[in-house]
Amino acid sequence: MCGLNGKPIMDADSLRSLLRDNSIRVIDVRRKEDYKKDHIPKSVNLPLADLLSDDTPERVLKLAQSLGIDDQTPVVAYDDTFGALASRVAWTLQYLGHRDVSLLEMTYTQWKTLGLETDSNEPSVGTKTHSIALKPEIMATADYLEKVKENKNVIVIDNRERLNYLEQHIPGSINIPYRTLASEDKILRPKDELKRLLQNRGISDNAEVITYCGSVGTLSGLAYYALKSIDHPNVKLYVRSFKEWKNLNKPIVKQENADYWDLSAE
Amino acid sequence: MSSTVVKPVRDSKAPKINWARTEEAENFAKTVKLFRQGKIDPDSFRRFRLQNGAYGTRMTDDYAMVRIKLPAGEIYPNQLEKLAHLSEAFSIGSAHVSTRQNVQLHWVILEDVSEIMRSLADVGLTSREACGNAVRNVMCSPLAGVCGEEEFDATPYAIATAKFFLRNPLNQALPRKFKFNFTCCEKHGMVRMTDVGLIPQTRSVGGNTQRGFKIFLGGGLGNKSFVGHQLEDFTPEEDLLYTSIAVLRIFDRLGDRKNTARNRMRYLVDQMGWEKFRNLVLKERAIVRATQSVVVTLDIDDAPAKISNPIRISGSDGKSVPDGFSRWRKSNTFEQKQNGYHSVSLTLEAGDITANQLRALADVCREFSAEGYARTGFLQDMLIRWVPESDLAQLYSRLLEAGLANPGSLTMVHPVGCSGTTSCNLALTNSHRLAKEIQRKFLDLKLDEDNDLRDSNIKISGCPNSCGQHEIATIGFFGGGGRNDKDMYPVYQLSIGGRSDGETMLGVNVLRIPAKRVIPAILKIIETFKAERRQNDTLKSWIHKIVTGHSDTSTKSVADIKKILLPLTVVPSAAEDKDFYADYGSDSSYHTRTGKGECAA
Repeated sequence: MCGLNGKPIMDADSLRSLLRDNSIRVIDVRRKEDYKKDHIPKSVNLPLADLLSDDTPERVLKLAQSLGIDDQTPVVAYDDTFGALASRVAWTLQYLGHRDVSLLEMTYTQWKTLGLETDSNEPSVGTKTHSIALKPEIMATADYLEKVKENKNVIVIDNRERLNYLEQHIPGSINIPYRTLASEDKILRPKDELKRLLQNRGISDNAEVITYCGSVGTLSGLAYYALKSIDHPNVKLYVRSFKEWKNLNKPIVKQENADYWDLSAE
Repeated sequence: MSSTVVKPVRDSKAPKINWARTEEAENFAKTVKLFRQGKIDPDSFRRFRLQNGAYGTRMTDDYAMVRIKLPAGEIYPNQLEKLAHLSEAFSIGSAHVSTRQNVQLHWVILEDVSEIMRSLADVGLTSREACGNAVRNVMCSPLAGVCGEEEFDATPYAIATAKFFLRNPLNQALPRKFKFNFTCCEKHGMVRMTDVGLIPQTRSVGGNTQRGFKIFLGGGLGNKSFVGHQLEDFTPEEDLLYTSIAVLRIFDRLGDRKNTARNRMRYLVDQMGWEKFRNLVLKERAIVRATQSVVVTLDIDDAPAKISNPIRISGSDGKSVPDGFSRWRKSNTFEQKQNGYHSVSLTLEAGDITANQLRALADVCREFSAEGYARTGFLQDMLIRWVPESDLAQLYSRLLEAGLANPGSLTMVHPVGCSGTTSCNLALTNSHRLAKEIQRKFLDLKLDEDNDLRDSNIKISGCPNSCGQHEIATIGFFGGGGRNDKDMYPVYQLSIGGRSDGETMLGVNVLRIPAKRVIPAILKIIETFKAERRQNDTLKSWIHKIVTGHSDTSTKSVADIKKILLPLTVVPSAAEDKDFYADYGSDSSYHTRTGKGECAA
């Protein structure tokens, strides 16, 4: 369902050889002006804002097709924002029903820091035909979340920063800030570390996990792929996240009686 | 997912000592699980947690504060970068520099503490015995080695003492915590306000110079504070370890294990009387000296520091001197005894520093410090030492980019504020935010530029305990609650005249000032001083004369100061002034709320 060899994360070496073979579509999820300067060779540009302006399946289908993606095209996404924006794009394609999507293991800056190939040419791609086979099992809505969050087997993970979580969060959710997920030079920690982190937090392999973040499911999208990278079977992204939850006036809790914001040097 | 592409490692100085043990992280993770499963009782778990450097957090059992020990305050670039990462991954995106040269990560989920310990071990750092009833972080003046007043550099002795006691069974279950402070000289230390304080001394014996220390015992700040006593004229360096062991043994044997609120060693000394205690120490030391195996020694690495001016990536750009440089230079740099070198102190707000600033600081150390690492200080501050004078302007520019170039670090404009209600169970007020508010206001007023205020300081605690060290402040405050009929408001007890130098004394209480009147009160004291001062007076010396009864100006006594400030204690009604009833950092009305402290646990 995701990535070549069934892996949701693609390493730089593999991507480079696939690029040589011309057998992959790489999506650069940065702003247009950044992409125009330089990017990974042969990659196409899909700024996240462009996707988010309308991410209905019909629109996403058109986008995918215009980027030259058919049902069989392996897709790799990257960004320069911890992998969070790329995660949101990858997840959206997966939700559409695309079976072979993965994230590049590093950000564009990390790629460049290593001295790997970049290019400023924009490839011309022909439109392809893609089908729609939505995968509702990877998406959580507010109603669904509210219905299942008390279930013993369900774990809701808030991927925002600690202070935002302390200030307000969905009752019963636990906090794993998105920064926890990365290693120093990759968008995600090695598998054994991620597994250990989750084990420490009491998240068992058979739990149903729902991730959310501030507004559009980017940071929580990264968490979705972190869990997928260690083969967690049942993960859903609450893609409309806390912004919608608040707007719907769903219950919120706060860590009371402490002035934690004043410890921040921001 | 492995990749053959490897990032090149940047050249920088590596830590000399590995303080860590990875297995302690594994053990911590296991023990937390057992605790959560109810297989370990809460008291045993608390002791274990504290011994490993994880302190409780305000009103919750889900979070901990991880205190990372930095013996003598030394911290290397890769360690700064690690702290940056850990603060983002497991804490609030900022780290906090304490008054005892530790770095603290707050609001850490208890289940993540072991991950922090594991990562710390990657860079040789530990939180072991940073809390609990053990020998805490061994402090050493951040100017040791560069101070013109010092007899010799105490740093290797501080490091050796830390090495000797860390994980040593001698100090795993003391009656209470135990603190060593080394200093460079009288002026830059706090040797009389700690269990064992040490100042380097030398004497001439048969034409040779002998190294040793002036040792002070039984001092300390707290709910009840005491000034330490000098053990003897001169303690030769061979006796340093024997003396330390002897004192610890006596405390271990005689310290009060029942009444944990009054059992720091200073209470034992007070109760027993200094002469009796002193004789006990000298006797015990003779026994230790006679019975210790010759292999029991301090491992003193006295090799001269490797000083090499760094090769800068950016190079001197010959640009004009940036705005604010001379103001910053005046209040943030210290001329070293080594010709041409300066130590640079950073102005932090109550010790807080962001992850990105920690990263910037790591780069700054690599690029500007000839010793290649930084030190934490005693004032919630950090220092970069061994900066060639010709690099100061460029260093300042770099700090500007990182938001670390505020002036005032070595002046009154750098108040100490304990964590207060931001995280501490015992706190009654938001002393942390108050320290920040004072700093912002006083920087606006450019009080850092005023030479008369330079040697004064402001220190704030959020409760009567002394984590904010208010009792040794020129102007000190501790927090509490005031009441006007049904309404409560935050209030601070003001004390003046405290100091921790050669003339160490505790501040004298003046009166209680409402939190929202604290800044006007300090300004009123300054204004009075300015109007009355004699030619050579500084604020500190003027206050010293008042509290010791030697005033030669019209403000004769503490009672006079009280009279001047009294108008600021007038309490408005809640309808008149709602803000008066809210503490800093809060927009709701004030009420006191505390949990159980763990200092004595």
